[in-house]
Amino acid sequence: MYRYDEFDERFVRERVAQFRDQVNRRLSGALTEEEFRPLRLQNGLYLQLHAYMLRIAIPYGVLSSQQLCQLAVIADKYDRGYGHFTTRTNLQFNWPKLKDAPDILDLLADVQMHCIQTSGNDIRNVTADQFAGVAGDEIEDPRPVAELIRQWSSLHPEFSFLPRKFKIAVIASQADRAVMKSHDVGIRIVRNKAGESGYEIFAGGGLGRTPMVGKRVREFLPKGQLLAYLEALLRVYNLEGRRDNKFKARIKILVHEIGIDAFRDRVEAEFARADAFSDDENAELARISAQFEVRNYEKLSARSETFEAARKSDPAFAEWVAHSLFAHKVDGYAAVTISLKPVGGVPGDMTSDQMRFFADLTDRFSLGELRVTHAQNLVLPNVKQDDLHALWRELGKAGLATPNVGLVTDIISCPGLDYCALATARSIPIAQAISNRFADKARQDEIGPLQIKISGCINACGHHHVGHIGILGLEKRGQESYQITLGGDPTENMAIGELLGPGLAAGDVPAAIERIVGVYLDKRADGETFIETVKRLGVSEFKAAFLAGAQNEAA
Amino acid sequence: MKLLDRNGFRTDDFSRAGADGAARLDAVIVPFADLPSTAARAGKRLGVDIPNTVTVEQLAPHFEKLALIGIAFPASTDGRGFSLGRRLRRAGFKGLLRASGPLIPDQFPYALACGFDEIELPDASAARQPESQWLQALGAITLPYQRGYARPSSIFEQRRQARKEAAHG
Amino acid sequence: MATPLKRTPLPAILIANDLRIGDVVFWSQSGWTRDPAAALVAHDQPAADALDAAATAGMARQEVVDAYLIDVDVREGVPVPRHFRERFKTLGPSVHPELGKQAQFAAYARAAAE
Repeated sequence: MYRYDEFDERFVRERVAQFRDQVNRRLSGALTEEEFRPLRLQNGLYLQLHAYMLRIAIPYGVLSSQQLCQLAVIADKYDRGYGHFTTRTNLQFNWPKLKDAPDILDLLADVQMHCIQTSGNDIRNVTADQFAGVAGDEIEDPRPVAELIRQWSSLHPEFSFLPRKFKIAVIASQADRAVMKSHDVGIRIVRNKAGESGYEIFAGGGLGRTPMVGKRVREFLPKGQLLAYLEALLRVYNLEGRRDNKFKARIKILVHEIGIDAFRDRVEAEFARADAFSDDENAELARISAQFEVRNYEKLSARSETFEAARKSDPAFAEWVAHSLFAHKVDGYAAVTISLKPVGGVPGDMTSDQMRFFADLTDRFSLGELRVTHAQNLVLPNVKQDDLHALWRELGKAGLATPNVGLVTDIISCPGLDYCALATARSIPIAQAISNRFADKARQDEIGPLQIKISGCINACGHHHVGHIGILGLEKRGQESYQITLGGDPTENMAIGELLGPGLAAGDVPAAIERIVGVYLDKRADGETFIETVKRLGVSEFKAAFLAGAQNEAA
Repeated sequence: MKLLDRNGFRTDDFSRAGADGAARLDAVIVPFADLPSTAARAGKRLGVDIPNTVTVEQLAPHFEKLALIGIAFPASTDGRGFSLGRRLRRAGFKGLLRASGPLIPDQFPYALACGFDEIELPDASAARQPESQWLQALGAITLPYQRGYARPSSIFEQRRQARKEAAHG
Repeated sequence: MATPLKRTPLPAILIANDLRIGDVVFWSQSGWTRDPAAALVAHDQPAADALDAAATAGMARQEVVDAYLIDVDVREGVPVPRHFRERFKTLGPSVHPELGKQAQFAAYARAAAE
């Protein structure tokens, strides 16, 4: 993975000192809260319901075991012994004090981490495919591009006070595992007819109040021109994005209002005037790429007899394997997804003890590196198949071997009104109730792949729009109320879910999910997954079942 | 209003047109609407106040007669002026570029990097935030990443130099 | 001053977050307190105006942020916010009953739960 050079190191240290000074100026009254708010947000510090919240950047979801250990130290010393992984692959602490935040940043800088631009109206933490670098279907590793953008966007003099937040994702395969088209800018590394790799650029995607699928703004951008292109695109957005209404300020509204063709023309006109640093960008990318190369893979045979034997003799292991493995490009290895969704638990939460335990497993089994996924799970990207059985036994000791990745209990949930000042309703208890309702593993297997995603407000941090079943918590007449959508899809076939009917009381949500799942089990063709059945049938039959039950409950 | 440049607070040589006796002064700032009808006069410097929605195309024909362009920052969170300043510099404007509004010290290095020379602050902002905080903000980050902005150097530039030296060494 | 904000229905209490710590605090007879049961209840407009003044002063002195009035029901002498959002804010995360004020102020938590 990427290691800081002397410049990165100095930059992050100076950033800590700068924030320490900003906090001091706030406490002295030199800065008003109104002036300080954007500064603290640019450093990931929110004021939530019960306390401040600090969001720590995990660039493109990559962490070392050492970094995870340090997060455990911070959790114990400055928080309440746990953290929460988010859909932008960051980690949140829910109880830090403002006066301690600079000291926490120092501890982060000690392990080459920071909180730069994890909030605010700026370019946010760049995300990528969680299997980057190990996936067989990628053209090249997307992380070096994401790291280049991370550096370029950090404390950008021109783009730190944008109309609204700006999210970028980078992938390098046809399969989209990073919800790339839901980003303000989505980048896919592709090859042109001549076989050269370059960038396909999408713009104007987003969730929130007005969900939009990103539209293609550039079919092929040659290597070396990415930063100049992004600078042109951001300049057009910074000058022309709406600032009169927070809910219309994202780039998706600009793209929608003027049309993708007019937007493209403006970006291209600006790009034509841009400085070209092509050779330099390629050299910088090469420098970064070299650091992501893993040189210590062992030469193994494609088939591990140890693994095959364990899978035959241990049915519980086989069950976990069936949901948790992803094919590795190197023979004899596997990438393993670790569920942070124990039945009835808080999605994405991890205790400091689990962090330390998991960091140790990362060293022993995955060359010291782990990943965070947008689905709030973890990945060990480099596990020898020979070691899988031993790894699984260890995971079980810390409650980290739940065999439910991709199933109905593997639910995305934002923190909701249990923590978040913006939330209109709670999310986590809904996730817990659904998880408990579908706890029976045989039933989960019978239902198969099904993604439920829950947001506690219209901002859609819980990605409800792209959930196969999406749940949105709102306030209705002084009560928490939950709207259900169906048919969302976060993949390369990204689709926005359709609303099934009026909102439900919290207690009625699990039964409504049951009814929807019931229609699927009843109507599915052989081998058809939930989302395939929804796409084949359309939503009407599901809607009818949803409404019929909702009326019974109301009666 | 208080004027600030990279050396600290200073007196403003310019006056706004319409202020008492301003027409007789050496340096006058007029509103954007009056710009087309205002001629450059020998020995006098002319400036213009513009909102951040004015385009480079609207201003470029007047570059020759303008010694100063003052871009309004209606709020510290409204960053349009940074992009507009940069566009004006890239379009070849060589006069003084002024950011006018309630910026905060942490934005001072950004403003300079985008091509501004000075900031015109409301009195309330200047009263709370003394000169020392503005000057200190300039040194907070000694080496930023981005190339191509009005700064002595950058991390990307330093790495490029190092590569060049390695290749020739 | 600008036009006054929409008035909070009465009775009301003053809620805020401590600037340095982030904790939820309330205005009481003796200044800011962490105990929701000790919050000073305004039953009439002059009392509510006094709470508003305490909010403004507390923010100006860099003691608190996000200070505002919320309407409450007084249950057995304890003010409990009428809106569920503010109720959660005075209790702590419902998914972690061992954390927040609900763990610290048991009597208040019982009154709020009813």
